[in-house]
Amino acid sequence: MADFLLELLSEEIPARMQPKARNDLARLFAEGVSAAGLETGAIATHSTPRRLVLIARDVADTTQASREEIKGPRTSAPPQALEGFLRKTGLAREQLEERGDTLFAVIERPGRTAAEVISETVQRIVADFPWPKSMRWGTGSLRWVRPLQGIVATLGEDIVPITIDTIQSGATTVGHRFHHPGPITIGGAHDYAEKLRACHVIVDQEERERMIRLNAQAVAADAGLNLLDDEGLVVENAGLTEWPEPLLGRFDPDFLDVPREVIVLTMRTNQKYFACLDADANLAPAFVCVANISASDGGAAIVEGNRRVLAARLADARFFWEQDLKVPLEEQAKKLDGIIFHEQLGTIADKVERIAKLARWLVESGVIEADADQVHRAARLAKADLVSGMVGEFPELQGVIGGYLADAQGEPKTVANAIRDQYSVPSQPVSVAVALADRLDTICAFFAIDQKPTGSKDPFALRRAAIGSLEIIVRNGLRLGLTETVRGGLANVAGQLEESEATHRLNRTAPEILDFFADRLKVQQRDAGVRHDLIDAVFSLGGEDDVVRLLARVAALQAFTDTQEGADLLTAYKRAANILKKEKWEASGNVGGSDLAPGEAKLIAALDTAEPSALAAVEREDFSAAMASLASLRQPIDAFFDHVTVNDPDAAKRERRLNLLTRFRDAVNSVADFSKIEG
Amino acid sequence: MSLSFQDLILTLHRYWGDQGCLILQPYDMEMGAGTFHPATVLRALGPEPWKAAYVQPCRRPTDGRYGENPNRLGAYYQYQVVLKPSPANLQDLYLGSLAAIGIDPLKHDIRFVEDDWESPTLGAWGLGWEVWCDGMEVTQFTYFQQVGGFECRPVTGELTYGLERLAMYIQGVDNVFDLRFNDEGVTYGDIFLENEVEMSTYNFEVADTDTLFDQFRKSAAECERCLEAKLPIPAYEQAIRASHVFNTLQARGVISVAERQAYIGRVRDLAKAACGSWMDVKGYSA
Repeated sequence: MADFLLELLSEEIPARMQPKARNDLARLFAEGVSAAGLETGAIATHSTPRRLVLIARDVADTTQASREEIKGPRTSAPPQALEGFLRKTGLAREQLEERGDTLFAVIERPGRTAAEVISETVQRIVADFPWPKSMRWGTGSLRWVRPLQGIVATLGEDIVPITIDTIQSGATTVGHRFHHPGPITIGGAHDYAEKLRACHVIVDQEERERMIRLNAQAVAADAGLNLLDDEGLVVENAGLTEWPEPLLGRFDPDFLDVPREVIVLTMRTNQKYFACLDADANLAPAFVCVANISASDGGAAIVEGNRRVLAARLADARFFWEQDLKVPLEEQAKKLDGIIFHEQLGTIADKVERIAKLARWLVESGVIEADADQVHRAARLAKADLVSGMVGEFPELQGVIGGYLADAQGEPKTVANAIRDQYSVPSQPVSVAVALADRLDTICAFFAIDQKPTGSKDPFALRRAAIGSLEIIVRNGLRLGLTETVRGGLANVAGQLEESEATHRLNRTAPEILDFFADRLKVQQRDAGVRHDLIDAVFSLGGEDDVVRLLARVAALQAFTDTQEGADLLTAYKRAANILKKEKWEASGNVGGSDLAPGEAKLIAALDTAEPSALAAVEREDFSAAMASLASLRQPIDAFFDHVTVNDPDAAKRERRLNLLTRFRDAVNSVADFSKIEG
Repeated sequence: MSLSFQDLILTLHRYWGDQGCLILQPYDMEMGAGTFHPATVLRALGPEPWKAAYVQPCRRPTDGRYGENPNRLGAYYQYQVVLKPSPANLQDLYLGSLAAIGIDPLKHDIRFVEDDWESPTLGAWGLGWEVWCDGMEVTQFTYFQQVGGFECRPVTGELTYGLERLAMYIQGVDNVFDLRFNDEGVTYGDIFLENEVEMSTYNFEVADTDTLFDQFRKSAAECERCLEAKLPIPAYEQAIRASHVFNTLQARGVISVAERQAYIGRVRDLAKAACGSWMDVKGYSA
């Protein structure tokens, strides 16, 4: 047994692709050798910007030799049968053994050396590696993420010969691009990481991540600051460096006038810097960059260079910010009529108009308790930042910038917050109205022009809009009839649609949207861990378009079916339903009579109490109480099944008992469709 | 003393000339990037080896800032190097050029950061990096995969240095207009500040949009006439012209978001057709 080392040396691999590449390499290698019958111990993979590395421990020397006997045709069989068998086994007639009157193929597979198997496996992996994007270079036809430069492949102390394109495997690699550019000879898996460490390369990404985490914090702490944690940046910087050295730099505090999000985003996205906070958790005029060298001057030139780059970027950001501050959002909003939202749905200004109308309706109809004028104002200004210079530069700050601008320009806090939070799931009433109206309008508008999501295609992100709407409704406990709301939203769109054909189909559209919401709600509930059969049981009641009420019913049903009583009642329900199904009994009617068995009488009495109390509980939306009413039926229905014969020879008795079961079933179904519940 | 702007160019010329590159002159047309030069676009097509380096003045009307922004210009210079086939040591050659202009990689942090390059107007794309020096992008480094919609075989390696940025970096200057152009006291601003002011005013405020729309249509039509006459080079020139006119129209703010894609598509069709014609004329298509 020996350890196998593979290093694929290339030009710089994008940081974001490294984690998947490590997983793919480990998986493909494990699959490849195991398919060939080669046993190995643990397989680990590592990556640096220039290397993809795999180490497999305890690789068996050879694969197991194997012997297989396959029974063939009789010696007397027609020639076609023999030919077929030879084709199947790949043998010639004289290689077959005759045993009695039957032919046998004996296939011996000798054990193969580990080197042979590994060589083949690696060649195949490199040829078909699943990079998200790959390229060719020079005159070759090999594809890799960036040009592949060398392969180290050793098993124990021996080189595993691998040829890929014009590259031959060996035991030589290079160290850090600048600290140790010359060749290094690797002894094997045992000394690989340490030899590279001596040449300024930390092979393991997790070790580099730890170094960045610790040292970035340390340089910040040395300056009396705290690092703004950002694990994504830690990983990204580890993917960009072989020898990470965090360095602290400072920027001109005057830039702190610019919104904090802009500064943090500029530093993170454009420069991969960490932001720093002072003791009061305010943004400090400092940054931590991660260099890839131990600089000869201790990093002074690097810090100075990075400071200047950041200053230029922040100067740009401040320029946009100051320009934007000068223009009232109301003025900016006027420019929205020049931006097309969608060619059939008019401009953003048209959309704003619709949002404002729908948001106001949400308030005036009592769904949301807020100041209608503030809601209207927030909606009118919500999209104005789309034409600001700042959002032009940082599209991901839509809303955030508008919020800052509104605040700076003296809008009420509630309005500024509503603008800021329009793309999230807010809880302040003015914000809730705007955020919900925006999403509902998007859904209604695209459905109105028949741009519904299909399969995996959802170009206008309507599913996300629906999930967002539902979250806003549920988290804020908003009581609204979706049908009415959607009709309102569609009416707004209809007012703007020129095509008469399109307006005609709006009546068909409302139910489509409700189905769409129902589907999203099911998905969302399933993702939240609610049993799908319970969701179905409530949904199939139909006619429910109040999401909050619907979910309360699902929750109560879930709690009930988790109890023993609930489970027993379900069993009885299924029994009743089965009998009715078997008898094809669809009628309902008289259950009374002068000769009632005690079991019948008790069940009727129980239903007489349970039915109205369950209905009343449903009416006042106390679904736990409704379930409790149903629970009171468990004992009488069980007793009924124990002591009363449904299929009585007396036709009248049989009929009224079937009617009684129907009544029981319908009573239960009035709370939830128990036929959908599994178990 | 660090290199002046003109010495930076001369040093790069000397370095790449020594690597066997033809030292070419700028193309005498307005264009948005050095890539548009036929020495890159057309020569990246077909099997013949090619090595060239040149400075290309670039015009990006929308980036003009009336000379008021220390980092943004509506017209600037790129240093462009193309090597076909891309040599195996292209990264080392590139790092050699940085050493030649005085950048010490043990003092400065040089990085190759993922950047996929795509030119929608040229129907071209490639993979590579933006090269960072202490966090500043100084070069675009690309392995062309497609140009004009055609697969590049062999692959051309393209290096595009942003000369002003690089010079600002080397000279330690915070404002582009303060760059030393030579060693005798002439600054970049002395030469180009007035151009920036006037050209920004022209591009954003004055340029006659009817004339520009008309020029766009005429360039497109002329391109097609050249294609019919099997003249790929003049056809390509008309495509470049249409591209620049479109850029100016954008600066004038008269092209809506919806129209923008249509214009880009039109230029791309022209550029692709010119590339196709070049392939035919050079006998690469067969």
